[in-house]
This record gives sequence, C-alpha cells and structure tokens, in this order.
Amino acid sequence: MTLKFPSFIAVALMGTTTLASAECADPVKVGVLHSLSGTMAISETTLKDTMLMLVEKQNAAGGVLGCQIEAVVVDPASDWPLFAEKARELLTVNEVDVIFGSWTSVSRKSALPVLEELNGLMFYPVQYEGEESSRNVFYTGAAPNQQAIPAVDYFLEELGVEKFALLGTDYVYPRTTNNILEQYLQDKGIAAEDIFVNYTPFGHSDWATIVAEVVALDADGKQVGVISTINGDANIGFYKELAAADISADDIPVVAFSVGEEELSGLDTTNLVGHLAAWNYFQSADTPANAEFIAEWKAFAGEDRVTNDPMEAHYIGFNMWVNAVEAAGTTDVDAVRTAMYGQEFPNLTGGTAVMLPNHHLAKPVLIGEITADGQFDIISQTAEVPGDAWTDFLPASAVLMSDWKDLGCGMYNTETKTCVQLTSNY
Amino acid sequence: MRQLFLAVILCLTSAMAAQAQELQSLLQTHVDEVAKPSRTSVSVLLEDLAGSGLPGVADFLENWSDKNIWQRDDGVFFIATPQGDDLALVDIDSGAQSFAPQSRFQQTKPNGGVRRLIGTALVQFQLSDPDPARRASAIASIARKPEAAQLAPLLAAIKDDPDAALKARKIQVANFLSARFAPDPGDRIAAINSLSKDTSVEARSVLNQILEASEGVSATPPEGNIARILDPAQDPDGFYAKLVAAGMAPARISPAEVRAALEANIVAGKVASIPLGQLDSDDARLRAYTLLSEEGLVPPLVTDEDRDNALNAHVFFERYAEPDPAITKAAEATRQAVEQRVAWAQGGDLVLDGLSLASIYFLAAIGLAITFGVMGVINMAHGEFIMMGAYTGYVVQLFVPDYTLSIIVALPLAFAVTFGAGVAMERLVIRHLYHRPLETLLATFGISIALQQLAKNIFGTQARPLTSPDWLGGAWMISDVISISYIRIAIFVLALMFLALILYVLKRTRLGLEVRAVTQNPGMAASMGINPDRINMLTFGFGSGIAGIAGVAIGLYAKVTSEMGADYIVQSFMTVVVGGVGNVWGTLAGASMIGGLQKGIEWLNPSNTLAAQTYMILFIILFIQFRPKGIVAPKGRAAAD
Amino acid sequence: MKNTFIAQNPSVLWFLLALGLFSIGVTALSEVSGVGVISTSFVKVLGKMLCLCLIAIAMDVVWGYCGILSLGHFAFFGIGGYAVGMWLMYARTEGIVLESLSTQVIPPTPQEISDAIGNQIFGVVGSSDFPMIWSFADSLFLQLLMVVLIPGLLALVFGWLAFRSRVTGVYLSILTQAMTLALSLYLFQNDSGLRGNNGLSGLQNIPGFEATSQATLSIAFFLASSFALAAGYVFFAWVVSGKMGSVVKGIRDNEARVRFLGYHVESYKLFVFTITAIVSGIAGALYYPQAGIINPGEIAPIASIYLAVWVAIGGRGRLYGAVIGAALVSLLSSWFTGGGAPNINLGFYTVNWTDWWLVLLGFSFVAVTLFFPKGIGGLFDYLVRKPQ
Repeated sequence: MTLKFPSFIAVALMGTTTLASAECADPVKVGVLHSLSGTMAISETTLKDTMLMLVEKQNAAGGVLGCQIEAVVVDPASDWPLFAEKARELLTVNEVDVIFGSWTSVSRKSALPVLEELNGLMFYPVQYEGEESSRNVFYTGAAPNQQAIPAVDYFLEELGVEKFALLGTDYVYPRTTNNILEQYLQDKGIAAEDIFVNYTPFGHSDWATIVAEVVALDADGKQVGVISTINGDANIGFYKELAAADISADDIPVVAFSVGEEELSGLDTTNLVGHLAAWNYFQSADTPANAEFIAEWKAFAGEDRVTNDPMEAHYIGFNMWVNAVEAAGTTDVDAVRTAMYGQEFPNLTGGTAVMLPNHHLAKPVLIGEITADGQFDIISQTAEVPGDAWTDFLPASAVLMSDWKDLGCGMYNTETKTCVQLTSNY
Repeated sequence: MRQLFLAVILCLTSAMAAQAQELQSLLQTHVDEVAKPSRTSVSVLLEDLAGSGLPGVADFLENWSDKNIWQRDDGVFFIATPQGDDLALVDIDSGAQSFAPQSRFQQTKPNGGVRRLIGTALVQFQLSDPDPARRASAIASIARKPEAAQLAPLLAAIKDDPDAALKARKIQVANFLSARFAPDPGDRIAAINSLSKDTSVEARSVLNQILEASEGVSATPPEGNIARILDPAQDPDGFYAKLVAAGMAPARISPAEVRAALEANIVAGKVASIPLGQLDSDDARLRAYTLLSEEGLVPPLVTDEDRDNALNAHVFFERYAEPDPAITKAAEATRQAVEQRVAWAQGGDLVLDGLSLASIYFLAAIGLAITFGVMGVINMAHGEFIMMGAYTGYVVQLFVPDYTLSIIVALPLAFAVTFGAGVAMERLVIRHLYHRPLETLLATFGISIALQQLAKNIFGTQARPLTSPDWLGGAWMISDVISISYIRIAIFVLALMFLALILYVLKRTRLGLEVRAVTQNPGMAASMGINPDRINMLTFGFGSGIAGIAGVAIGLYAKVTSEMGADYIVQSFMTVVVGGVGNVWGTLAGASMIGGLQKGIEWLNPSNTLAAQTYMILFIILFIQFRPKGIVAPKGRAAAD
Repeated sequence: MKNTFIAQNPSVLWFLLALGLFSIGVTALSEVSGVGVISTSFVKVLGKMLCLCLIAIAMDVVWGYCGILSLGHFAFFGIGGYAVGMWLMYARTEGIVLESLSTQVIPPTPQEISDAIGNQIFGVVGSSDFPMIWSFADSLFLQLLMVVLIPGLLALVFGWLAFRSRVTGVYLSILTQAMTLALSLYLFQNDSGLRGNNGLSGLQNIPGFEATSQATLSIAFFLASSFALAAGYVFFAWVVSGKMGSVVKGIRDNEARVRFLGYHVESYKLFVFTITAIVSGIAGALYYPQAGIINPGEIAPIASIYLAVWVAIGGRGRLYGAVIGAALVSLLSSWFTGGGAPNINLGFYTVNWTDWWLVLLGFSFVAVTLFFPKGIGGLFDYLVRKPQ
C-alpha cells in the first residue's frame, strides 16, 4: 500500500490540464475553476469555454506583459468542498496568478477562506445576493441593486404591479434577495399581506398548486406580478405550467433573475412571449462589440451556442484583469488589486463598466421580454448602476459599506466608524 | 338602427377631422412619448390620439402595441416589418409602401404596462369591430382594468353582437362594471347579489374592490361607513407603532437608541454616575437611561404601562372606501357566500392536484412494480430507463417536427428502446444475481451512474425540450379555482391504461400465468414446461418498457435532463414498498397515498414545498414500521422473503 | 486475551504497521517537515481519505459482517460533521464579533453579542436569529458529545423501530435510504436553522489556532484521522472476532436459525447498527474540518450508495478490504475527475476522462459484482493465503 503513494502524488502534482505552453521565464497562469461535471456543469462548462476563448484571443494579441497566458482548467465537479480543495491546489501547486470561477454562492463561500488565507485573486461572474465583499474576490456579476431592485422598480412603475409573488428555489440567493425585496416593497408602500413568498426545492417539477395560488392572488383586483428567483431546471416545469394555465404576460407578468438564453433553449417559448428577465446583458443587445463577441463565440464553440450574462461578466473581468496587470507591470495580487480600482472597460451592451473600490462593477441594467425564438427583446436599459455590496434595504447591512481602496475594509460600519472584520463571512 | 346611424355620423366626422390634421404630425408633437413610451406619461398621448378622431388611430395603436412602429433617424414614424436586412415601410397616413435599409431605423418598443394602456385606449374602436378577435381583446382590456366610463359604451355594444359567446362575455363584464359603477344603488345591489355563485377571480375582485377598507385610528368614535373595530390587545406593539406613525403618541425607545443616548452622555467614563464597565446588561442601561431622563437630558422612556394607556385611549378601526352601508352590507354577504364556494372548490382542486401527482408517481413506479414487485429485482437503473424514454421522445422530435405525430411515434419507440435495454440488462447482469438481491441493487446502481453519465456525454448537460402537441397544451378550467392542465389529465389516463394493461397481462394471459408461476416457484414452473429464463427476460423487458413510456409522459410535463430519473427513483421505490410488494393494486394505493399526502401537507404549509417532502418521507418511514409489508400485504408463502 | 485476539487476527498487526508507515511517510514528505513533496492540499486529500476509510470499515461491519445493507451511514457521517461544524463556526465568529465589539465605548450586553454572532452566521442566508438547534454551539465539549450522541440516538431509535418490525433485506435498505433523503431534504430547508443549502463553511479555520498555518493543521488532522482509523480498525476487528462476531455473522447468513438458537437477534443488530453509526459520526467530525465546508448535498442518498460501492469493490467481510476500496476509489476518482488521467485519442473521438470516468466506474462496478464478489480484498486473500 504505502509504496503506491509516491507515484500517485507525482501524478497528482503534475497531472493538471495545461493548455498553452509558455515560453516566458515566468509564465502567466490563469486558473479556471468551473464545474465540468455534476449538476452545475450545465451552466459552468460554457464559462470554461468562454475563458479558453478569451485566453486564446489574448494570446493571439501578444499575451500579457509579453508572456503567453496559460489556462489551468480544473473540475470541481459541482461538489462544493471540492471548490476549496481545487482552489488551494490552483494557488499552491499550479501557482496561478488569478482564478476565474464559481457559479453558485455556496461554491464561492467554499473557496473564500482558501483565497483569503493564501491571498489569491478570484473573479466571480454570476449575479448573487450581495452581503459580501472579500479583499480577494472581484464580483463581476450583478449585486441585488443591479438586477433585482431595478426589476422591481420596473414592475412598480411601468407595469403598475400592486401585489407580488416572490417564487424562489430554497437556497441562499433567493432567500436573501427576497428578504431584501420584501423590505424594499414594504418601504415602497406595498402591504405585507400583498407579498406572497414561496420556496421550492432544486429541480422542482410539480408546479400546478403554486401556479394556482399565484392566479388566486388576483382575487382582490390588484395587478399581480411574479418575481422569480427559481433556479435551473425547475424553470422548465414552471414555465410549462404557466403556459398550460394560459397566464399571459398581460395578466400576470413574470420577471426572472436566473433565466437567460441558455435556460430558454430547453423550452418552447411561444407561450411565454412577453414574460421578462432582468440582466446586465442580453445576446440581442444591438452593438458592434456584441456582434463581434457573438461571432467569435460561435466560431469558437459552435453555431448553435448562445451567449449570456455571466459570459459578459467574464469578458469584462478578464479584460480588466489584463489591463490591470499591464498597468501594474506585475501579476502580484496586491499590485493588481490596487490597479483594478477605477479600471474601465466597454460593456458589450454599450456604455462603460467601471470597477469600484468595493470590488463590484458599475453596469447598466437591462430588462428584456421573451420572444418566440428564445431570445430577449430589450425594452428597458438604465444608465450604469454602481454595484452595492451591502444592501441599503436591510437594517443590519444598511450601516455597512465596503471600500478596499481608501478604508481598506470590506465590512466597514459607518455608524461606529470601525472595520467589523477584514476576512469575510462564509 | 339608431346604432348604425350613429356609427355613420362618427365616420363622417372623423373623416372630416382627418383633413384638418395628419396623424404623423400629431405623433411628432409627442415624439419622445412614441419613441420611448412609459406607462406613467403615455396617457397624454393616448388621450390626444383618441380625441383627434383621425381614421388611422386604431390601426396605428394596434401596430404600435405589436411593436411594428419604427422611427427613422429624422424622427418620422412608419409602420414597418423587417424583411432580411430591409424594412417594408408603410406610411402612417397615406399608406404608401416602400423599402429601406434597417440601419436608419429604430424600433419602438412599448412595454407591457404601456401595451395595457393602449389596449384600454383601443376599446372604443374595437368594442363593435366586425372582427370577433378585436372585440374579444377589447372586452379583455375592460376586464383587466375596469373603469366607470366604460360601462355605458359596453352596455350599448351588447345588443348587436352576433357572436353568442362574446355577447355572454360582454354581459358578464357589464355586470361586473354595474356592481361597482352603476349610478343607481339598487342596480348595484342587484348586480352584487347576482355574483353570489360566481367563484371566478374577476367576480371576487369586484367584490373585494367594493369592500376595500383602510385602517384608521382616532381618539373619538369614528365616523363614516365602518367595517369593523379592531382590538389593540391582539398585538399591542404593532398597534402602538400605528399610533406613533399617526403622530398620536411618542415613539418607544429601542435598545439601540438607549445605547446611542448613553454614548452621547458619557461624562468622565461614567453615564449618570454609573461607570461604563457596569453597563453590560439591559437592566443597567435602562437604569442609567432613566437617570438621564430624570435630568432631562433624553426623552423619557415609554413603558408598557404608557403604551397600554395610550392604546386604551384610542379606537382602531377599518373604514370602507364605499360610503353607502347598504352596498357594503350586500357585498359582504355575497362575499361570504362566494368564499364558502371557493373553499369547497379549493378542496376539489386539491383533490385533483393530489390525483395528478399520484398518477405521476404511479406512472414512474409501475414499471418498478413489475420488476421489483413481481420479480423481486431491485433495479436502481429504473430511473435511467425513464430518462432513456424521455430522450427517445426528444430525438424523435428532432426528426418528426409534427408534435402530435412525434408523440405517436415516440411512445412505442420509447417502449421498444427501453424494452431492449431491459432485456439486455437482464441477460447480461441480473440473470447472474437472482439469488443475491442486495447485489442486484449495487450492480444496477453501477449501471445507473454509467447510463446517467453516458446521457450527459451524448446529449449534454443542458435540459432538452420535449414539447407537447397543442391539443395537450392548455388546461381544463372548470372554474378559476378548479383547473388542471390537459397534459396532467393525459398522464392520468395513461396511468389508468397501464394499470388495466398490466392487470390484464398478469391475470388474463398465458404470459401472466407463466410470470406468476415463475415468481412463486421457478423450479416447479420449469418442470411444467415453462422456460423461466425466457419469462424473466420478458417480464423485465416489459417493466422497463413501461418506464420508457412513463419517461415520455414525464418529459412532456416537466423536463428532460440526464438526472431526471434520479428525481423519481427513491420516490418510486417508496411507492412500491408502501403499497405492498408484489401487487399492482398496492402500487396504486401507495401512489395515491404518497401523492395525496404530499399535497395535503403542502396545503397545510403552502410556503415551503421542501418541508412537505420531508414530512412525507418521515411519515412513510413510520408507516412502514407499523405495516412493514405495505398497504396491500402479500399473504401466505409469497410473504416470505 | 490480547494474545489470542492478535493471534486470530494477524491482519490487524499488518494493517497497523502499514498505516503507521504511511502516516510517518506522509508527515515526513509534507510541507511541515520542510521537504514539501506532498502539498498541503494533497495532505488534506489523504486525511479525508482516511476518514472515508474509517466510515468504510463501519459500513463493512454493518453490511459485510451483519448483512444489513444500510444506505444511511453517510447521514450519520454528515451529522457528525454538522455537530462539530456548529462549534467551529460559532467559536470563530464569536472571536471576530468580540474583537469588533471591544472597540466600542459601552461594553456589550450578552444579548448584543449573541445578536451580532447570529447576524454574522445567518446574515448570509437572510436571517439573524439563533435557532434552538444552536443552543449548545458555544461549548466544544457538548458539541463533541453530539458527534457521538446524535448519530447514536438516531440509529438506536431508527434501528429499534425497524428491527422490531422485522424489516429486513431490501426493505431495510430502502427505508434507510428514505431516512437519508428525509434528513438531507430537512437540512436543505433554510428553516431548519443550519443555513440550508449553504451549510456550514470555513471549517478549516480552527478557533484558537488562527496563527497556525494550514500546513500544520492539515498534518494534525491527518494524524488524528490516522489514529482514529487505527483505533476503529482494532475496535471493529475485536468486535467481529469474538463470540459476538460469530453471532453477527450467523445473523448475516441465516437470521432465522440464529433466532431459533435462542439469540435475541434484534439486540445484536441494533448494537452493530448503533455502534457503526457512532463511528461514522466520529469519522464525519474529523472529515469536515479538513474539507472546510459541509452542506446537505453531502448527505444525499447517492453518497451512501457510493459508500456501499467502495466496500463492495474493496471486498466485504474483511476490514482491510473496506479500507482498500475506500482509499482506491476515492483517490482514483479525484485523479480522473481532476484531469490527471491522460485523454485517449481514438482517432474519431477523444475520450476525456472527466466525462468518461463515471461510465468506467459504473461498469467496473458491475464487473466487480458479477465476477469478483469478494472484491479486491478477495484477490489479496487469494495471493496471501493458500487457496482453500
């Protein structure tokens, strides 16, 4: 038994996928920490491909600091503890300079302690619940105030919704988002009894009762709207049941925060036309940069592939990181981090994304209506909204702010003027 | 006759107005509102359009609502449809047609809220339109957003409607409007009373809106049409907060405010002569605060006693917005009657949902009832056979675009595919393990993970669409409360058909006889000339084939992913075990119990579906402790393991 | 007594020797010793593997020796992890909160401290109240007691109910699987008070050892796991070797006969079921501080089936078989899915092991069940002992 292990170790140490060979003295390595198997592979594989495409493009343009970039891809297999294990492996064994990865909040929370312990750097590309600002993570996805709050405003102002059904999958993102929204709606004068909240398990398929309950909300003559934080596969059953119950977007509009082009490709959308989604990016955005990005993606990954919001987040994040490295002249994490603040890069949807001192981006918020061909028709686009790490609508976090540039603290209590902690909650 | 005459007059006057002004120039005065419409500001434009009496208004509004209006870079609007990279343009006033490249044009996109307002504005044009679809959309617009002004035109439009269904719908909506807006209270009460048997969401919303009440508080007995007096003792703090919000009482001091007040009054390391170190309990802090307030440095505390005194000095009440008590009384009585009916209907709907869920569980488990129940083989790959069936359906739809035809092809094909897979598995693996049941469990589990991963490798991890034909698309609406989608009814029927088929095969055919013989005593059966190998193979294939068909059905109503089988496998085993192994009726009983129970628990705790599943499984575990052999327990020798 | 036990079980000594050499070797090659051939992350992998070996021998005793195919032992493993995780989270957060509150002028009240801790722990899942279940989280001793007590009690109650009703064989397997599913669904709920899907995280940071590097901590946990495995191995070897072992094996082979011989079968089964559940809990308590995070997904029914797979591949009815199975499959699995295995180019198709590993595992598992029912341990048997 014991004799076997050294060979194992040797293989495990050397055996990570290396994709580009660098001829530089100190090759620049980019870790890609996305699940390629398990339940999350459905979404994350796309991001892995996006990263490979971006690295390839950057290398063709001469790499960074005169070195070719080497992508180190590992597979945490949708197994949350593995995110911690693989993050450690990337940082200590492969010695990558930066990691692009994670999708679910729990996978980020799993990798966080390792990143903070080893002073790594990670770009996290997915919309999330906020309430976090780690020194070692840049959040290129939307915080609640860049997706949920503008969507609710749209419901209140443009659609005149007076009664809300908050439907979500039972995990941290919907829970926290709905908490924020409940408080926000009550601040806006919606009575507590006009907010219906329901949580369902991952992959839920039996939606008849819940859809019936939403219809019944209509009984006091108020305009009903559904805010959906339903995740992944469960959406398919939900939308099928909506269509079967003949609920048109004119009667009860549904806005989803987790349904993008990828998710719609598993559905026949003819009955869903007019329902909404809120993102910072839609494939249908009509700009030259986007047209170019889509063309590159189709050439790289296949003609039938679609683009989506987290892909844009990686696109912006990666390019900002490259620019920050060039500006800092090194890949050293602290130097790059300092160079990141104030970095600007054009969005694919027009306008410019700016990296803020709280590690979030300022990005425009888009609201799109589902069309019959599985795309979104953009009907509303705001100016750039700065991402807010700590929401202003929950009393406990309203007093908190994050500023890594000047205050050097991600959880700063503005009332007591102290830094609550330098590490994050995980 | 008079109607017709009026219509002619209307047409004439609008034709005259058209000469005075063109629609395009009117639109140009509101150019921003047309190009970037918003619900909050579009009504000015809509009023102007409606008031202009121009002939093209209705046409324009319909096209605008359908996102067919495009703006050229010089601001001019056209009705346009994209054709390739070009736009086919129609001039808004003259109707002249032309082509132009898309690059100079911007599409206008009224959002859902604006479209609803456009719909309301279109009502006057569409209510008596010859096209029934337009009339229907006009009525829908009224029903969606009833307004007092619509009552008279709607009443006028009822009589001449040639379509019986639309006419009935007009009468119904007019009745709703009368209940709320009729000028004569007698008419209103009559309309309200007529709603007492209507459980529709619309009728209930009419009643609820009549009965809209707002909370209030006053120091003196309240005036107006009072709905009820509230008792503040139910929630003293909540009601006190209302008093504070109304500015009728001082706010309570929260612990955080106490703390802040103390911090603000620190004198030489002490607060009101109490050292800071001692302020680490709420009692000490309150003591210090009281001392401070006695010095007049901070506002005094509001004690529980103060609160109760304040509450007793005020009356909390709800007051109807409707001033006429006769109307609210009638509406209240009607609402009670309706709610009674709704409660019954909800009970009925719950039963339907339970039945539907039971039939899904039954369909997922029935194949298992044969392979596990009759043959005693634990097939952990059963879920993957369901998945294979669903993917077969998906592949068929790739080749047969007609949904109805593709389902007809997919059902037998799914049976064939999974039958083949089942037979292969039985021959290659299970045959060798008949005397080691626990190891079948493990071997089939190995097959299960391999098949799941294979499906991922072949079809990708993305969920695949399996679309039901249109005639299975809608729902059977008995009322707004009781409804069930056709696809669920189809699954229910399918489940019943399989129950009948399996019972028939097992009880009435030679094959069934042989299956039962082999199950009871393989050796004896063999000596009677039955080939047990062949029977086992066929039975297993039969059970697997049914799983394949179940897969198509489940894929139609939910989703097709490589993991869909895993969602059903534990539930399916529980269904079979709870029902009683070896008996198809038992599986039916098990599925009914599990489906009904789950819906019942969900009804008790509607905001948490996950809890319902947890409690249901706990219940099943307990149930099996007390009836280890299931609901329909096998008797005699078959009962031995 | 001791002599006869060792004499009857020479494999115990061999095992202890191998485990000892392995532990010393890993420690010597780790970053702590300065050699650094084995990275900290790999030490963690090995430490976790030892914990999996421990639960695998527990599984082997309950299944391989007693014939109860429990598909619920990973639930006990998870409970152990949760119990220790609650203390780890609480104590770590308490430290942060006390430090942050200490800067304030007025000393905090106990209520304020508890609110602040609650807000830090549950803030990420949108709540701030401490659920009942966290009552003892501030005491390491009580939480460690929970590691043993809760799996033990759950197994005792569940086993008593099940064995009393004579639920056996496949039925029992499905029942234990239902128990696991119920537990994981319960933990998935946010309302259960254990942070729902997120679970407990940051467990690798041990309160009181903030200054100690993860390299040292990982070796400490590795050695602790190694010691636990050794102790567990000796204990179970002792349990299955005496008269008790004979009765237990008798129950596996023919329960009715043992009952007719006058043994109270239910008590024996209950004892084995409970004691293995407790050991599983201990294994979990050692595993999760190394993994760093525990969440309900860990307890999903499939984990327990994998446990059975390891034991079957390693070889049932021999303790070292379980160890071999758990070690081999878990290491191979991380090697293949980690992209360590070279891709095979077939010309028309490239076999990427990240995608195909599970297919291979699945089919090799079928092959083992069909052709080597004694597993790898059986092969070992065949080589070491003379053929009978």
